[in-house]
Amino acid sequence: MTTTQIDKPASSALLSRLKPNLETLPTLAAVAIFIGMLIYGEIAYGRIMQFSTISNLLINNAYLIILAVGLTFVILTGGIDLSVGAVIAISSLVGVMLANAGWNPIVVIVLMILIGSTFGLASGVLIQYFNVQPFIATLAMMFLARGLAAILSTTPQRLEDDSPIRTLSTEWKVYDGPKINDLVTTPNVLIAAVVVIVAFFLLHRTRFGRTVYAIGGSEQSALLMGLPVVRTKLLIYVISGSLAGLAAVVYTSKLGIAQNITGVGWELDAIAAVIIGGTLLTGGAGFVLGSVIGALVLGLMNVLVTRDGGIPPEATTIITGGILLAFVLLQRVVVSRKRKT
Amino acid sequence: MSAPVSRQPSAVQFVTRLFHQPYVWAIVALILLLVINLTKNPGYLGVSVNPATGNLSGNVIDILRASAPIMMIAVGMTLVIATRGIDLSVGSVMAVAGAVSMEFMNNAGTGSFGTAAIAVILALGISAVLGTLNGILVSIVGLQPFITTLVMMLAGRGLAKVITSGQNTSATNESFRWLANGTVLGFPVVFVIAVVIVAVLAALVRRTALGLMIESIGINPKAARMAGIRPVGILISVYIVSAVLAGVAGIFSTASVMTVEVAKTGMTAEMDAILAVVIGGTSLAGGKFSLTGSIIGALLIATLDKTIVYMSIPSSATPAFKAIVIVVICLLQSPRVRALFNQRKATTTSTRKEAVSA
Repeated sequence: MTTTQIDKPASSALLSRLKPNLETLPTLAAVAIFIGMLIYGEIAYGRIMQFSTISNLLINNAYLIILAVGLTFVILTGGIDLSVGAVIAISSLVGVMLANAGWNPIVVIVLMILIGSTFGLASGVLIQYFNVQPFIATLAMMFLARGLAAILSTTPQRLEDDSPIRTLSTEWKVYDGPKINDLVTTPNVLIAAVVVIVAFFLLHRTRFGRTVYAIGGSEQSALLMGLPVVRTKLLIYVISGSLAGLAAVVYTSKLGIAQNITGVGWELDAIAAVIIGGTLLTGGAGFVLGSVIGALVLGLMNVLVTRDGGIPPEATTIITGGILLAFVLLQRVVVSRKRKT
Repeated sequence: MSAPVSRQPSAVQFVTRLFHQPYVWAIVALILLLVINLTKNPGYLGVSVNPATGNLSGNVIDILRASAPIMMIAVGMTLVIATRGIDLSVGSVMAVAGAVSMEFMNNAGTGSFGTAAIAVILALGISAVLGTLNGILVSIVGLQPFITTLVMMLAGRGLAKVITSGQNTSATNESFRWLANGTVLGFPVVFVIAVVIVAVLAALVRRTALGLMIESIGINPKAARMAGIRPVGILISVYIVSAVLAGVAGIFSTASVMTVEVAKTGMTAEMDAILAVVIGGTSLAGGKFSLTGSIIGALLIATLDKTIVYMSIPSSATPAFKAIVIVVICLLQSPRVRALFNQRKATTTSTRKEAVSA
């Protein structure tokens, strides 16, 4: 419901540039699928459309939403960032180890985010100044981060129970429902919400955002138009890296355990969320809020698979792959349609 | 430049030509790694012959054995990259091939040669199907190779888990095991098979026009089409070759332990393959490719893996070293750094000329 409301200003901002109906089709499809999944889950398994399930959906997927928002920036320019999962591993590992060593929690959190920024900056420099393809540069960063994490520790590191970082996952009861059906939220969810709002503002309401879309449309034209392409491209990789660092903070505070194999394959989940949300893989078109829907679709799918019980949990990656493929194909159709008209 | 070279004797000419190959730095790095190992243990390169069986043993033989699966995926990846594509699904295809063969042999129960043969055929068949899917999606549907194979990487890993119901499956079959642990003329079977496959493939692409067609698609797809090359067939076959070779690699790596670890077999193998290709001097932008370079790259990676274990660094830290290697190579290939090098070369040659004239 709320999504259709928020989609309107986004599409009206783009109205002057592109045909809105084709542009928004993948995002609308994602919204339809999300609502369809909600209704199907409610009918087939019950107890889906209620406060506790929805709150848990948000609480459990806060980190994925943050990652997807970061990747939206990168994919909008036609790039890709494969390093986010590994950055989470090293960032959370360093964070837990420093927090357990008695460091100030604020300093630890800032450091965790800065680790992400550093990896993002490194990818950006490789891509922008040395003409390395984005997915090779970020693949290299992924391996570097994963390897460094393994050098730090290969055993799970547990965050102490009384660590202040854990307060980020304290549950606040917003609405006291009957039985356990409460609407709860955590500071982590609020962090994710703030990230989404800021990203929305940046992309759709600022000069920086317009440059991001312009680079995705055609980097050459953006350069010729005198837009700050170099600065913007560096910045989007830094944003993606920093948000991966923030996602590490959120995830660590929730789970309390960090390991060098944390976050294997999360970059794929995040990419899938962005693509499902309607951002073109070739760049130039898409919405932040679409990515949020994409992340929620993936999260809800996990809930439904667990509830169903008949689908082996191993098959979830196949389903994710299938959905991703379906949406890439849909994009293909949309793009070729747009060329014809 | 070329005039004085041709007047020199052929040995020098050969060395000069070698130094103009892009993979010369890989050879230098390979020698460097071996020297590092030698400083730790002077007898590192020693190869001993077992008098009873005639088998060769030693660290070098171990490296050759470990390099076989990397060679397979690297050669497939070289062809895919030459067409401006990428195949990120090789690691997952390895896992699928391993899972299929192990599951089949586990259920068949008999440890006969026939069972092993059917297992191999099944594994390679499924790999070929996955490769065909990749190829169709890339060539006919027109999706980006990167996202197509990313989906396949995701789905393939899931498929491997579904095949074995999420369990690490093991089986017993001496014929299958022989593939990884046996020897032919003292050399490991896997290495011999790998060399034969590479030789056949190299003959196929270099003795026919196939290699040129692949390169032309990579250099300029439009011009290739206008020159009468049909890209669809070539693209599909390239992805099939890559997947089947990944299947072979999967059989190699599961046969040595006779177990498929669904979450681990072939994990990050795509990185090794890309690394080997890039080390070998094939540009990621497509076009000209070098199979020899990729083989040297595969040997370098196998040596790097072994060296890291030998230096008692935890093996899960290897990705960091590989990342450093790939970053350095990408930097060396980048126009900015090349321009810097050429500038310096120009200045040094000009100063040398001045010195001569003076």
